[in-house]
Amino acid sequence: MRTLVAGVALGALLLHGSGVSGAQDGIIRVGSKSFTESYILAEIAAQVIEQAGEARVERRLGLGGTGITYRAIASGAIDLYPEYTGTLARIILKDPALRTPEAIRARLRPSGLTMSEPLGFNNTYALAVRVEMAERLELRSIGDLVRHRELTAAFSSGFLEREDGWPGLRRHYGLSLAGVRVMEHALTYRALASGEVDVMDVFSTDGQLERLRLRILRDDRGFFPDYSAVLLARRDMAERFPRTWARLRQALEGLLDDRRMSELNAMVDLDGKSIPEVAAAFAGAAQPDAQGRPGIVTELYALTLDHLVLVLVSLAAAIVLGMPMGIAAARFRRIGQVELGAIGMLQTVPALALLVFMIPLFGIGKGPALVALSLYALLPIVRSTYAGMIGIDRHLLEIAFVLGLGRLARLVRIELPLASISIMAGIKTSAVMTVGTATLAAFIGGGGYGALIVRGLALDDTATILAGALPAAAMAVAFHVVFEFLDRLAVPRGLRR
Amino acid sequence: MIALRAVTKRFDGRLALDGVSIEVRAGAVHVLLGSSGSGKSTVLRLILGLVEPDGGEVLVDGTPVTESTRTALVRRMGYVVQDGGLYPHLTAYQNVALPAEAHGWPPAQTRARAADLGAMVGLDEDSLRLYPRELSGGQRQRVGLMRALVLDPPVLLLDEPLGSLDPIVRAELQSQLGRLFAALGKTVVMVTHDIREAALLSSTITLMTAGRIVQQGAYADLVERPAAPFVTQFLTAQTLAPGQTLAPGESGAR
Repeated sequence: MRTLVAGVALGALLLHGSGVSGAQDGIIRVGSKSFTESYILAEIAAQVIEQAGEARVERRLGLGGTGITYRAIASGAIDLYPEYTGTLARIILKDPALRTPEAIRARLRPSGLTMSEPLGFNNTYALAVRVEMAERLELRSIGDLVRHRELTAAFSSGFLEREDGWPGLRRHYGLSLAGVRVMEHALTYRALASGEVDVMDVFSTDGQLERLRLRILRDDRGFFPDYSAVLLARRDMAERFPRTWARLRQALEGLLDDRRMSELNAMVDLDGKSIPEVAAAFAGAAQPDAQGRPGIVTELYALTLDHLVLVLVSLAAAIVLGMPMGIAAARFRRIGQVELGAIGMLQTVPALALLVFMIPLFGIGKGPALVALSLYALLPIVRSTYAGMIGIDRHLLEIAFVLGLGRLARLVRIELPLASISIMAGIKTSAVMTVGTATLAAFIGGGGYGALIVRGLALDDTATILAGALPAAAMAVAFHVVFEFLDRLAVPRGLRR
Repeated sequence: MIALRAVTKRFDGRLALDGVSIEVRAGAVHVLLGSSGSGKSTVLRLILGLVEPDGGEVLVDGTPVTESTRTALVRRMGYVVQDGGLYPHLTAYQNVALPAEAHGWPPAQTRARAADLGAMVGLDEDSLRLYPRELSGGQRQRVGLMRALVLDPPVLLLDEPLGSLDPIVRAELQSQLGRLFAALGKTVVMVTHDIREAALLSSTITLMTAGRIVQQGAYADLVERPAAPFVTQFLTAQTLAPGQTLAPGESGAR
């Protein structure tokens, strides 16, 4: 899935974005990818910016893979996010020959981007195995795997497809394994620990390495490129807030070595500390809570409002759009069939993919999420309006004509009330469905309960996932109840059973 | 007043009306009699402009009923259908008020008119506050009649108005309709398959079968000078014992 998301977003690079730089309005928008280290680095950067006091910070963390984050910064939807030199050279600039930070920075210039010096650690790909298996089979380096074709592996989808991942590695070493499958990174640790798979890809700064008794196999033939972490930033932001940019570089460049980064990752992944807390410990800020950063209750409250806005606005748009479409489909049957077919097709696009399609058109954040959710909420409303309209006794419509009612009066006084039961059923379905679908908005920075789910997935933290999923379920139930009540208002008394 | 001239109408290739000509004088109560599927309801729908003839023409007050004239012509007609044809989402009063509302009457005028009509058809005020499903069949039919009469149209078209009522209510409403037609002096075209109704209410009758006219004339003409064996067959088949007919003196409301 991440590949699809990244692929679509990369394709979107070809289209030119209409994003405006956030730096214009005194806000620096900090983004991150959706894994622990990226969250931590972005949060550290955000706190340093807050300390500098030159600009306000808007956090858009956990946006997704490289495709989405790079697209976001290129279009100006975010101003800053942590990236890696290897990714910049190979994936973004598509020139593996770019080795030095200077060379990469020069190539970023035309896109209006710049980057810091390396932060210190090199988070490169590596292969890991269980320590006891490594000892039994005498595995020390990647080259040793050539002798053990019976082993199985689970790789993250990025690693499995990237030229600097498994395909290149296999050719470079002449490797062949019994089974290779794709798995979500956080889950693979469990699979490896329980012996379901034998080899996995890791990042050299993974917090889990030490504590799970895993051994990293030496890259003895020097395949993996350098993945030094840097801050990728928009040049207009750096120029507008020079003091902040200098402060960021001063606070981070060269100060995070592999071990320090592993520790920070472990504090989040294994000790269950919050990201702001861990970031604050590094950035030398006061305790985040003391600083007025939101606790879980405040956060849930904010996310609830956020989620409500997503659902209500997109539902309202779907009603305003969908009812006339349903009416039109009932009036003009032939065009109606085409229309219903088209909307039906829209529904077959997976919700997440639909959200991602919005990125090239509208960037990231709430706007595109609302557009996608509205489109998604459309079908039940159009269909039920159509069904309600064509289900009306033809006799009753003829009588309306004979009674002297004009077209509009017939629609408003007769047809819509008679179709109201069906229309309300469609709106109800749409509302409950949208509460669920809206959790996906967070994948493109749209906020809402999904933000907790995305964060929980990235951190492999079930409690956080549930903190997002349970309120969403509760809200769906609440919507159902509220709409049962609205039914009493919208459906004329004479029609109710 | 109302005239059909050699009207032909097909539905999906099936001939529903075959060269039908009918003339209804102003103030007459003309009954279209025939078994179901004989095309009598189609005649009403043609007069209302709800369907267009394939051949021949339909005239109301000398104006041909067409796509462009029907909206204006329909204002001169009241239409009553079986079981009232009421809107289930509106109260009885709201149903009655609908045409007045469409013509921009002030509410006070509508209320006064509804009160008059209620007294005329024998429907109490409390029933007007109820929804159609809360009314009896006879009450629904009275509301339908009130609605058709609100604007006081010169023409009244009734399609099996008493078709769904039980015999006692039906007999009661039949005589009430008779008094009403006599009092209002409207031009009435009424579809029924009930011979007693036709005998009681009509000034003239068109007897139809399978889209054709069998005989036209007063009830007495049909009884005494049947144009075909079918006429006698039809008149005697229904409620009366074979060989028996209503005496001509019993017929007609006027």
